[in-house]
Amino acid sequence: MKMPEADQAVLSRRAEIVARLRSIVPGEGVIADPDALKPYETDALTAYRQPPLAVVLPETVEQVSAILAWCHAEGVKVVPRGAGTSLSGGALPLADAVLLGMAKFNRIVDINYYDRLAVVQPGVTNLAVTRAVEDSGFYYAPDPSSQIACSIGGNIAENSGGVHCLKYGLTTNNVLGVQIVMMDGEVVRLGGRSLDPAGLDLLGVVVGSEGLLGVVTEVTVRILPKPQTARALLIGFPSVEQASKCVADVIAGGIIPAGMEMMDKLATQAAEAFVQVGYPLDVEALLIVELDGPQAECDHLCAEVQTIANASGAVSCRTSTSEAERLAFWAGRKAAFPAMGRLAPDFYCMDGTIPRRRMPEVLARMAEMSKSYGLAVANVFHAGDGNLHPLILYDVNQPGQLEQAEAFGSDILRLCVEVGGVLTGEHGVGVEKRDLMPVMFSEADLAHQQRIKCAFDPKLLLNPGKVFPVLHRCAELGRMHIHGGALPFPDLPRF
Amino acid sequence: MNASSLPKPSTSNDVIDAIADAVRADAPLEIRGGGSKATIGAPRNAPILDMSGFDTVIDYDPAELVLTAGAGTPLSGISALVESENQMLAFEPFDHGPLLGQVAGAATIGGVIAAGVAGSRRVSGGGARDHLLGFEGISGRGERFVAGAKVVKNVTGYDLPKLAAGSWGRLFAMTQLTLKVLPRGRESATCIVEGLSPTQAVAAMARAMGSQADVSAAAYLPAALAGGASLTALRVEGFGPSVAARCTMIEVALAEFGAVGRVDAATAGKVWTDLRTLAPLAGTAPLWRIATPPSTAPSLVAALEPFGAQWLFDWAGGLTWLTLDGDPARVRAAAAAASGHAILVRAPEAMRRIVPALHPQANGVAALEARVRRAFDPNGVFETGRFHEVANAN
Ligand SMILES: Cc1cc2nc3c(=O)[nH]c(=O)nc-3n(C[C@H](O)[C@H](O)[C@H](O)COP(=O)(O)OP(=O)(O)OC[C@H]3O[C@@H](n4cnc5c(N)ncnc54)[C@H](O)[C@@H]3O)c2cc1C
Repeated sequence: MKMPEADQAVLSRRAEIVARLRSIVPGEGVIADPDALKPYETDALTAYRQPPLAVVLPETVEQVSAILAWCHAEGVKVVPRGAGTSLSGGALPLADAVLLGMAKFNRIVDINYYDRLAVVQPGVTNLAVTRAVEDSGFYYAPDPSSQIACSIGGNIAENSGGVHCLKYGLTTNNVLGVQIVMMDGEVVRLGGRSLDPAGLDLLGVVVGSEGLLGVVTEVTVRILPKPQTARALLIGFPSVEQASKCVADVIAGGIIPAGMEMMDKLATQAAEAFVQVGYPLDVEALLIVELDGPQAECDHLCAEVQTIANASGAVSCRTSTSEAERLAFWAGRKAAFPAMGRLAPDFYCMDGTIPRRRMPEVLARMAEMSKSYGLAVANVFHAGDGNLHPLILYDVNQPGQLEQAEAFGSDILRLCVEVGGVLTGEHGVGVEKRDLMPVMFSEADLAHQQRIKCAFDPKLLLNPGKVFPVLHRCAELGRMHIHGGALPFPDLPRF
Repeated sequence: MNASSLPKPSTSNDVIDAIADAVRADAPLEIRGGGSKATIGAPRNAPILDMSGFDTVIDYDPAELVLTAGAGTPLSGISALVESENQMLAFEPFDHGPLLGQVAGAATIGGVIAAGVAGSRRVSGGGARDHLLGFEGISGRGERFVAGAKVVKNVTGYDLPKLAAGSWGRLFAMTQLTLKVLPRGRESATCIVEGLSPTQAVAAMARAMGSQADVSAAAYLPAALAGGASLTALRVEGFGPSVAARCTMIEVALAEFGAVGRVDAATAGKVWTDLRTLAPLAGTAPLWRIATPPSTAPSLVAALEPFGAQWLFDWAGGLTWLTLDGDPARVRAAAAAASGHAILVRAPEAMRRIVPALHPQANGVAALEARVRRAFDPNGVFETGRFHEVANAN
């Protein structure tokens, strides 16, 4: 993956830039020592590493604004960073960019149960929001598996999801407002505490913009009352086709489960070996269906799902009868990633979404690819919404295997798009899928997206090298080339 | 050029041609679906780009929870189609025709999305923004593009569908939309509490929304409109055993507010229909749609009642529909003081000429919004003056 070429002029001004950052953020807030920069050189896409020019850890909005305004005036690039758990390289530093870490923005500003919202700083972790409100019976619904570590600011940037987003939505559906600082230092509030924005839904574009439009300095999220009960079913199938049919029939039956996860045989066996929770080992596909709500609803729906499962050819079906059992069903699923460590030294996690009806076909073709690449693949996915997480197993110490794994991953994503799906369901484009964007979008599609970037950051200084395969200069993108039209005087002067 | 001089497009190329012509002639163009909301915004006379030719459902697979349709497809047709599969558009969009003194049936799905229309279930199920997954359209540059996708979960590229919802035809002409659909609750019940003051009602609705009863909609009609005692209504939807259990949960949660009753289907139907047609606020007085956090809604209406405001709450108090035959600045100031914003939905022409339909934004946001508009529409082809843009400023 090629990153934008480092600007030598900026590199040569490093000492001056560091001094200037220190004048804005005194004390320990600026890191320039090469050893101390090490922890910042990658995010959770660890195949890519690059120490930044310097790291700055501001504590106030004024500092963020002053840093950005100065960098803007001086033409210095900035990469925002939350907790560094991005799986797509969104927070990957650039040699000639300042890395702006938001970890010190770790306060919960306000909680309002009456309006059912929480105002938090972006460095607060996802789980900390739930922790802050759970004693009052509330929680924050989007629950990425990384929730103990990832920050709300990062969640906003990536529009993160979790196992419960089929029913409760992604980050974007649970956010009311943000305060952002734009690259020129200007501070704006988008959205607020009401359900609809006053004008264009700019909040809607900032969520999922991968740190390219502004630095998020405050977030207002919706909080929900915690459901009275949750129960899960653990269902085994002799084939992926039957499991897929069960998923489709549950939804066609009018049931939107809180979560509906599928694992293939390899993933199931690895998870069971890792946590020993009693997963059946003789099934080709394992489904976890979670239902939540009032006790009466859970009981009723558990029975309905069980009937549908049996009709779809399930060979085993257990319904949790205690909270401990429900958590045990999930323990294997949640350990699926670390469990891969027993099968191979490294794994590469993909994140495409497909129309669910194409699931059996996509899995069959993935199995063929796996053979031709000579790399095993385990499948764990959010079956309810067709979001696949194929885990490609490889060994980085075997020459060429990383490249092979990446090529295999790209082929899987192309396949997702080919069957009517998308490159990423929740992990973001970042650097990882940047060059695949043309598989899904035409030049015109991408240009229409990038012009929004130009409206926020016309000098293209904020997090460049991510999302867009080619970052066109804004002046160039702005030019009009009018085609078509049927006026009798096509060369009528325009003004 | 007048409205009738533009042929009705039926393909993307027709739309491209119409926009290209308008750009070359430096003339504005108004994108229109069914025209049911044409009286929202300032009077204007830009030629109409009539999208009603894009009127077919292209793909609907209930098990995928996805429906793709031409932007000009009537809302009524889509609603009937998804209902036939026991599904729904969960944001409960509705036709503005009746509340603006026109016949029902003209509203198109494109218009509903572009105006960000959402009904009572908005408070629990999300708005138009949350259910538009993707679209195809032609920008003010005369270029066709797609955004979003046709699957329920996607974060690839910028989320332009969010921007489309509530864009009021100022960015691009949508030709095709992909929406998320959801199963309809098999049963529905409405619980009521009578005689609460606005402050008590908002507190009761907050209590219910914060309970585990999974309330799908909550509204309040003050005594003046309810005919006798004020009415606080809470709706639950879902499977039979669940609906029954949740009504009981509401009774328990609201015990301190008074007796919780259940109304029959006909009465419930009328309550929720009134919130769509706004029959209780019928007439010609200027009608405002004010979004605030629920907690400030009682002070908002208390500030405007002395001047003759009539009003009701939806979205558990997060939405106030209000009529006031008086100074519009007073409404906007009260909305802002309540941390909200007010859209002028119905007003005489003379008033619409001077009062912008959309709530004015803070300076920084207004400038940013203008830059985003110009990103899609550099020549201001879609600036008809409807929203008090400086028409065709270049
Ligand atoms: C084990 C594991 C499991 C995961 N599971 C899930 C999952 O289930 N669902 C899911 O969706 N994701 C998952 N992720 C991915 C990741 O956790 C999310 O994308 C998360 O939102 C990233 O948050 P972060 O704070 O770590 O952001 P970072 O990695 O630091 O940054 C991510 C992006 O956000 C930008 N950014 C960060 N903070 C700000 C800010 N304040 N303002 C502007 N831009 C900012 C960065 O520039 C970057 O582009 C997982 C990751 C791991 C390692």
